[in-house]
Amino acid sequence: MIIKTKKTIASSEITDPHLFKQRREIIKALLASAVSGSSISSAFAAREPDWKGLPKVDVLSKTEIPTPIKLVKNYTNYYEFTLNKEDSSHLAQSLKIDPWSVEISGEVENPLTLQLDDLLKPQTLQEYVYRLRCVEGWSMVVPWVGFPLASLLKRVKPLSTAKFVKFTSAHQPEAMHNTMLEWPYVEGLRIDEAVHPLTILAVGMYGETLPKQNGAPLRLVVPWKYGFKSIKAIVKIELLKNAPITTWNKYAGNEYGFYANVNPKVPHPRWSQNSERQIGSRFFTARRQTELFNGYGEQVASLYRDMDLVHFF
Amino acid sequence: MLLLILRESLNKPLQRLCSNSNAFKSLQLYLSDVNWKLLFYKCCKLRSLCITASLIPLFWIIIDILFDNLGGNPIQALHIRLGDWSMRFLWVTLAITPIQKITRWPGMSNYRQLFGLYAFFYASLHVLSYIWIDHALVWPMIVTDVAESSYIWFGVFAYIIILLLAITSPKSAKKRMGKAWKKLHRFIYPAAIAVIIHYFWQLKGNLLEPVFYAILIFILLAFRVAVWYKNRQLSRLMIPKGREIED
Repeated sequence: MIIKTKKTIASSEITDPHLFKQRREIIKALLASAVSGSSISSAFAAREPDWKGLPKVDVLSKTEIPTPIKLVKNYTNYYEFTLNKEDSSHLAQSLKIDPWSVEISGEVENPLTLQLDDLLKPQTLQEYVYRLRCVEGWSMVVPWVGFPLASLLKRVKPLSTAKFVKFTSAHQPEAMHNTMLEWPYVEGLRIDEAVHPLTILAVGMYGETLPKQNGAPLRLVVPWKYGFKSIKAIVKIELLKNAPITTWNKYAGNEYGFYANVNPKVPHPRWSQNSERQIGSRFFTARRQTELFNGYGEQVASLYRDMDLVHFF
Repeated sequence: MLLLILRESLNKPLQRLCSNSNAFKSLQLYLSDVNWKLLFYKCCKLRSLCITASLIPLFWIIIDILFDNLGGNPIQALHIRLGDWSMRFLWVTLAITPIQKITRWPGMSNYRQLFGLYAFFYASLHVLSYIWIDHALVWPMIVTDVAESSYIWFGVFAYIIILLLAITSPKSAKKRMGKAWKKLHRFIYPAAIAVIIHYFWQLKGNLLEPVFYAILIFILLAFRVAVWYKNRQLSRLMIPKGREIED
């Protein structure tokens, strides 16, 4: 589903051709091993070749150049592993993601527990070029590969009593050694936010399989909210009558609200949210003026029409 | 390094001091035996050593910039590192007086000034990197950022104090200001507290390092409180004596 495409981005802008070549080699190797009878068989190996020329969903008002992939891979918050954004790229590699199943339950007619392959089979993957704005005051532009969350939720047939969606991350204590927060990580959305066409589940980025530090094998991306809402490594999706208690909100409710909509006019209690440092920018470059709803106001502002955004931050 | 020099110049007379029973004579001998010239010479060298060594963090940062070694967000990394070093030098500055009191070595107030000026130097680079490298001199954005970020207020407060202390640091200023100088320079304590709040207040959860620096500054400030308390006790003991005479 293409929401609004003002200008598509040439794929050369997104991915280094050299990387494509490399990836082909990997795919070839994977296919070869499959032929030779080894048990490597994942949805990704079969699907990946198709991720090159995916239709693009680009709703940003002006065409944004994606952040270099190297930076996106090496600058991630993954508090289960470490508090350091640059250590998570190697520490997260100990996460076990094969096999992976996702439980979808709660206020639904048809609860399901799906293996990742089965979950992805009916979905049409697309590329979504979104800006990711972190609550810490930095942002990047990432071309995600994914599908709308709504089309997964349709499969379980939500009941009319389902008002909220709760997401739960994997908790693998043997690999996750940081105990600052209470694990597993939990996030939540209101049902209308969850079924909004901009809300996606991602399985890849830059035409590649999602790296572990970026949320493999399955993550949420809600582009108009601060990054911590876009939960990684999802194992459970529950539809609920009431708002779930989310991890950061529980840790410091006065600082991290349930909504966490990007809003330059609502500062964090300790720092301004007026501007953001774009990852990849050079020294002596001005910060970017942060936009209401991270620039997606045209699409999502109606969700909050009669709400006081200062109170429901 | 410091210990080595101390030992070298003080060891010989100290040995003699221990072996002699006549206290007054030994003290005389001790003072005449200290190689003052050597001590002075070594200290001069130590001073220039400190001046050069204190620039190492800056060169280290420059090398990391040149080799693109500052990670995914180099602007923030640079900014944080300058701030860290400013704080470290401030802590060293505050450690001089306790060390001086414990070792009874008189020549250290020069070092207090030296490290204090380095704390100011790195703090200035820290502020400059915020205004220029990070915000590219876009003043409306800087004003909003400072106004809305309470953690920056503490940083601004600390920097204004450190700036005033740096301006009044020359000996001529000290002479001209008289008693006010000491009063002003006591503001280094609230500045240090502001610095540690500035550090804590901006973090999401990784508190291990700031806790370490907070413990250090707590010890350094506790030393002052202990000295003040002891002096107060002493002066209290003296008041009744005075009254007795009046009666």
